[in-house]
Amino acid sequence: MTREVNVDKIIGAGAESDPENLLVVKNLVKWFPIKAGFFKHTVGNVKAVDGVTFAIKKGTTMGLVGESGCGKSTIGKTILRLEEKTSGEVYFDGQEVFGLSKEELRKMRPRMQIIFQDPYSSLSPRLPVGEIIGEAAREHQIVPEDELDDYITRVMKACGLQPYHKERYPHEFSGGQRQRICIARAVALNPDFILCDEPVSALDVSIQAQIINLLEELQEQFGLTYLFISHDLSVVEHISDTVGVMYLGNMVEFAETDELYANPLHPYTQALFSAIPVPDPDTKMKRIILEGSIPSPANPPSGCKFHTRCRFCMDRCKTEEPEYREVKPGHFCACHLMDEAGQENTTDVQEG
Amino acid sequence: MAGNVKDTNYISAREASKIARFNRKVTAKLEAQHANKNTPESYYLTKMHDENNVVEFDNVCTYFFTDIGTSKAVDGISFNVPKCSTVGIVGESGCGKSVTSLSLMQLLQRPSGQVVGGEIRFNMGDGKAYDVVKTPTEQMQHIRGKHISMIFQEPMTSLNPVFRIGQQIEEVLELHYPEMTKEQMKARTLEMLELVGIANSEGVYSMYPHELSGGMRQRAMIAIALACSPDLIIADEPTTALDVTIQAQILDLLRELKDKINSSIMLITHDLGVVAQMADYVVVMYAGRVVEKGTSDDIFHHPMHPYTVGLMKSKPVVGQKVDKLYNIRGSVPNPIDMPDYCYFRDRCESVCDRCHGEYPPEIKVSDTHIVSCYRFFDEGEVLGYPRSVNPEDLLND
Repeated sequence: MTREVNVDKIIGAGAESDPENLLVVKNLVKWFPIKAGFFKHTVGNVKAVDGVTFAIKKGTTMGLVGESGCGKSTIGKTILRLEEKTSGEVYFDGQEVFGLSKEELRKMRPRMQIIFQDPYSSLSPRLPVGEIIGEAAREHQIVPEDELDDYITRVMKACGLQPYHKERYPHEFSGGQRQRICIARAVALNPDFILCDEPVSALDVSIQAQIINLLEELQEQFGLTYLFISHDLSVVEHISDTVGVMYLGNMVEFAETDELYANPLHPYTQALFSAIPVPDPDTKMKRIILEGSIPSPANPPSGCKFHTRCRFCMDRCKTEEPEYREVKPGHFCACHLMDEAGQENTTDVQEG
Repeated sequence: MAGNVKDTNYISAREASKIARFNRKVTAKLEAQHANKNTPESYYLTKMHDENNVVEFDNVCTYFFTDIGTSKAVDGISFNVPKCSTVGIVGESGCGKSVTSLSLMQLLQRPSGQVVGGEIRFNMGDGKAYDVVKTPTEQMQHIRGKHISMIFQEPMTSLNPVFRIGQQIEEVLELHYPEMTKEQMKARTLEMLELVGIANSEGVYSMYPHELSGGMRQRAMIAIALACSPDLIIADEPTTALDVTIQAQILDLLRELKDKINSSIMLITHDLGVVAQMADYVVVMYAGRVVEKGTSDDIFHHPMHPYTVGLMKSKPVVGQKVDKLYNIRGSVPNPIDMPDYCYFRDRCESVCDRCHGEYPPEIKVSDTHIVSCYRFFDEGEVLGYPRSVNPEDLLND
């Protein structure tokens, strides 16, 4: 079953009651049961998220990176209670999200919003844009009914859309414009927190820049807090204040952006960074090529989950799970190399 | 007028039927040319301008005759792919990079997609070259797979789920080397699988695509492409669907293989980082035209066209922090109703007086570096203007 983790050591005792923290996730676990046989009994679990702890401060952006299938999106959906948790706690502004009644949850919903990856499938093709943006705002009575139209216009303008777009349907817009509509839909509810689930992955480079700039402007204007999920490390570096790296359902490293990118400690993070192609033909990087691919989360390796692909794998890694702990002030990492005087081992490689 | 529609959001029934009638006539005429089995070889035989090139694109125009008008997806592009080198084609979605490669393979969505002008000269060796535009479909089948092969973006959808990996590789060999025995084919297939870095080649030989991970599937795709040792491999976004760590594996593999089998690679991608790591020459496309081409040193260290410069500035780079990302304002013009001036003018920040005239010519600023921008008009030698084809003229000759 789930491991006992001292959460207080990671985010500090009583983090959920600290008014600075908007979102506190404590040892969150989400397993998807695998059912088989005539009676559909559970034969195993896909351990999508397996004990993740972090906190996001108000008005900041946390980036979450990792390969596909590492549980980034599942974390996001579980935080918003779009999926029920298996165990663990999620506090939003001091309130436990999973302890809320239906009525309380409904009141909470407008405060936490989501922007999806694919703007083509996340907009209803049968509703005009004004209705898409205004629907939830009317339902939650964000503004009085007679001011709603002006309000939608204001939100659309803030997101770089023209008021006459209101009458149009999503298919008349390009990918970048559609993503603006998705953002306007989220912002219209006047939220505190927006989960951005790969918001720019489906867009072209020049459009990506427009959307990232828009997200940053809105953050300044409305004091928003983002959890930014992406597999694009360069985008995450640009937008985030803190970054968490995930591997197979676990957080393997977490630090402030500058610290993490300058000084990655976990072998997985180092490999991930070395794999980013740099747009400069002269920089022939010393790549760390990871062998094989990510193991199945239904049957993760024993000990450290990364040991099957790790360059520094020791006997200990195969049996004993490393503790996720603070290695340097504000820099968390789960790796046995950090326990010993192994820090020199890893740092000399990334300079090479 | 057909082929020249003002408002694409609304077309009257009269206009629609006019366009449909026009499209039917044009495509029927062009299709008849392709279907003619008895075309003499002399009709599509041509000479390479430079024997050291594998392919020469010379003012190629590929148009799509759609229900709302003629879409000029590729409109007068010229570039060469030299032997044993990697040419990267970069651009945003819809700029015509995939259509360029499909024109070369004659794999366009027909009958609506047609190469209507220009020459694509493919070097067959021994001083012989074919003009792919005129080559009949029958003859093309002998070239595809054997001389030119393609690696597609999505390995899951381009492998057939109901056949084993081994069978899918053997299929290519069977078609192009009918004299091979079953044993020879199997030996060659296993050799190919090992070449692309699949250790368990015997096992993978009898596996189905769904049993492999994304990276392994892409390796199997590459094995299919390499089976006949082609002269040119077209890699159309080979790593876009893969994770960064797997992407690094595949790119390394491609680089290794190119040296091993002596072929050229045409790498199509939107990721400037991938191009910088892989390509010897780079072609930057925008809205169906080549805006800049040169060696990768030219493009990455001395980018000249404002679009290339903008593209590089708008991508965040790890280790180089900026407060605000540069963004190219506006969006790509509608391919059905292209302006008659520079296509980038409306988004450009350094417009000069000349830009208000016709589309800029290709300007040679150094031996290898060619750019289509009026700002360099006085600095280099003018090579010539891209020539568009008027769809109406296709019916006349």
